[in-house]
Amino acid sequence: MNARIIVAGVAGILFGIGLVLSDMINPARVLAFLDVAGDWDPSLAFVMGGALIPSAIAYRIKARLQAPVFDISFHVPENRKLDRKLIAGSALFGLGWGLVGLCPGPAFAGLVFGRWEIVLFVAAMIGGMGIHRLFQNRFA
Amino acid sequence: MSYSSFFWPLAGGLLIGLSAAIYLLLNGRIAGISGLAASAFGLTGSGISGLGVGFLGGILAGAALAASFLRFPIIEVSSSPVLLVAGGLIVGFGTRLGSGCTSGHGVCGLARLSPRSIVATVVFMSVAAATVLIMRHFPGGRS
Repeated sequence: MNARIIVAGVAGILFGIGLVLSDMINPARVLAFLDVAGDWDPSLAFVMGGALIPSAIAYRIKARLQAPVFDISFHVPENRKLDRKLIAGSALFGLGWGLVGLCPGPAFAGLVFGRWEIVLFVAAMIGGMGIHRLFQNRFA
Repeated sequence: MSYSSFFWPLAGGLLIGLSAAIYLLLNGRIAGISGLAASAFGLTGSGISGLGVGFLGGILAGAALAASFLRFPIIEVSSSPVLLVAGGLIVGFGTRLGSGCTSGHGVCGLARLSPRSIVATVVFMSVAAATVLIMRHFPGGRS
């Protein structure tokens, strides 16, 4: 168990608490947030807004650092190219998110509550990641 | 919109952002859940990652802690089993093809003004809203 794995665990704990407190974990509320033409509930925009504050500050601090505390260099992607994979993948993700109201973080957090619907969704999601892995080289 | 309707989302959002900040400054990495999940299950091509397992384990522990000591969540799922499987497959495949989800592109990518993440976030938010629009408000839709 090294420091990086402990940091990952602590960051995960904060993330999990945040998902439960914010209600991102409730698919019905997420769908109400996405339902701009219906009885729109814009309050979940505060989750993204709130998250962007510490995150943006951290990226400002990063700009002054040579390396993170527990690694020899940063592993932040430098790719700036907009390609078909990015657009198609994001569109598919949006479709699945809009169909059910679950994105990956809240789906994992929801596993704790023992709901079969969430378990089924997460199993299928990992299957979808596995399918991507199998055919990865064909989507060039 | 009442006070409580935005207090909890804001409080939770700040914690999610703090998590991303810690992960960046200490480990030098993007707190993107789809990538971490794929690495935890050995689906990235470089074996099973301890970081992915640690982060996902932390999410489960954090959710349990929050529900025990802070606020028990309401979870309402109305999707049929077929829709849950289809949605899960599409989310898993799409987030890998598009290199990220709400956390990696949204919380981390927007914060660092990555052009790819800005485009990805606009695309997945728009498609998600359009999907809900069609499912809920078009004739033949679910509700």
